[in-house]
Amino acid sequence: MSAAGASALALGLQGCEGCGLLSRPAPNRAEGRCPRCDTTLEFRKPHSLQRTWAYLIAAAICYVPANLLPVLTTTTARGVESDTILQGVVLLWSPTGWPLSLIVLVASIMIPSAKILALAYLLIGVQRRAAANDAQRVRLYRSVRFVGRWSMVDVYVDTFTAALVQLQPLMSVQPGPGLLFFAAVVVLTMLAAESFDPRLIWDAADRSEVRHA
Amino acid sequence: MPDSYNRPLADAALLACPDCDLVQRLPALALGASARCPRCDRELWRRRADPLDRTLALALAAAVLFVVANSVPMLGLTVVGRAAETTVVGGAVQLWSDARPFVAALVLCTAVIAPALQIGSMLAIVLGARRPRPARWVGALLRHHPTTRIWSMIEVMLLGVLVALIKIADYATVVPGVALYALGALVFLLAGMQASFDAREVWRRIEWAAEAAPAGVDAGAPAEATP
Repeated sequence: MSAAGASALALGLQGCEGCGLLSRPAPNRAEGRCPRCDTTLEFRKPHSLQRTWAYLIAAAICYVPANLLPVLTTTTARGVESDTILQGVVLLWSPTGWPLSLIVLVASIMIPSAKILALAYLLIGVQRRAAANDAQRVRLYRSVRFVGRWSMVDVYVDTFTAALVQLQPLMSVQPGPGLLFFAAVVVLTMLAAESFDPRLIWDAADRSEVRHA
Repeated sequence: MPDSYNRPLADAALLACPDCDLVQRLPALALGASARCPRCDRELWRRRADPLDRTLALALAAAVLFVVANSVPMLGLTVVGRAAETTVVGGAVQLWSDARPFVAALVLCTAVIAPALQIGSMLAIVLGARRPRPARWVGALLRHHPTTRIWSMIEVMLLGVLVALIKIADYATVVPGVALYALGALVFLLAGMQASFDAREVWRRIEWAAEAAPAGVDAGAPAEATP
């Protein structure tokens, strides 16, 4: 096949992550800088797998206290009450409030766990040099990046609830220790998604094509 | 050209898909049309009508609304004769004083600082790109613009504020502030600002980093490579 079916890596070319320019390293050099925008060029993001795993494992560890520790503490005349994320979802569930409850359930519990599992699946696929379902896997990666930001919803809900409900001694709301871990899960999974290089998904298939050619 | 710079290709329409690295040639596009990667379906380029002027108009409007949204109260509540209200920054400040500095910093970054950088850098880019030969700082801003987009979460914050509002409405009277409406309009302006912008068009005009160095290019000088 001609150049039309080849990856830039196979042709010895580098696409710039900053400006998109395709360029060729100078003679006797493996990598260089983009002549247009001065970004340091690499064929693949450096140490993409190690960095993504590191962020992902850290996110998985924070996921446990994020769900077990309270995110909001409500102080009223009747006493002090602490709610975890899941208890918040249950509290919101009512004949009229169920859509809100669903938003928090999807954004705070389902999206973070789905993101961790999806990125682990992508990483394992690349490491086992899987050559099947490439198009589906890159679509999965794009949805992880698109949807990930929405798990921040609960951080904002708790922030502005606590900021507004400061009616001492009647009633006051404080953010709980779980909120820190939950925010860490959101940030770490976003960093994991940004450090993953989707071009790695296709490298295994590109290599096997070269072998069979 | 010093050895540290890569050599540009003679054909400026050739590019590698950022998601799958497939090398391909971009076709000439009609206004509003888009080109997608045949292997992974990633949108590679969408050609926009009048990208600089429309983006400038939307970015200016977004800047005005951003200032409004951050200078007036966003939410208020009244219950048994007592009232309270908060701004966007007020939420982060309250969190800080509640001994959650990390979360407070995160809220401040994603709801105030990143959107400000997103709007500010877009304004600078479209203003700087109007010159016949845009300076290199336009390229530097453009290179980092996607990062400000990733961490700017106005639309997510708006959903969070609405959920909080309905939660609190169970036991207090909630008063939506002017900032809440400004944020609602800002979400659409930011989406329009990004959609009307054509990064490829700006990159095409920008002064190259390698151009200051003496020539010795093996394939077409950059100035000739652009149509």
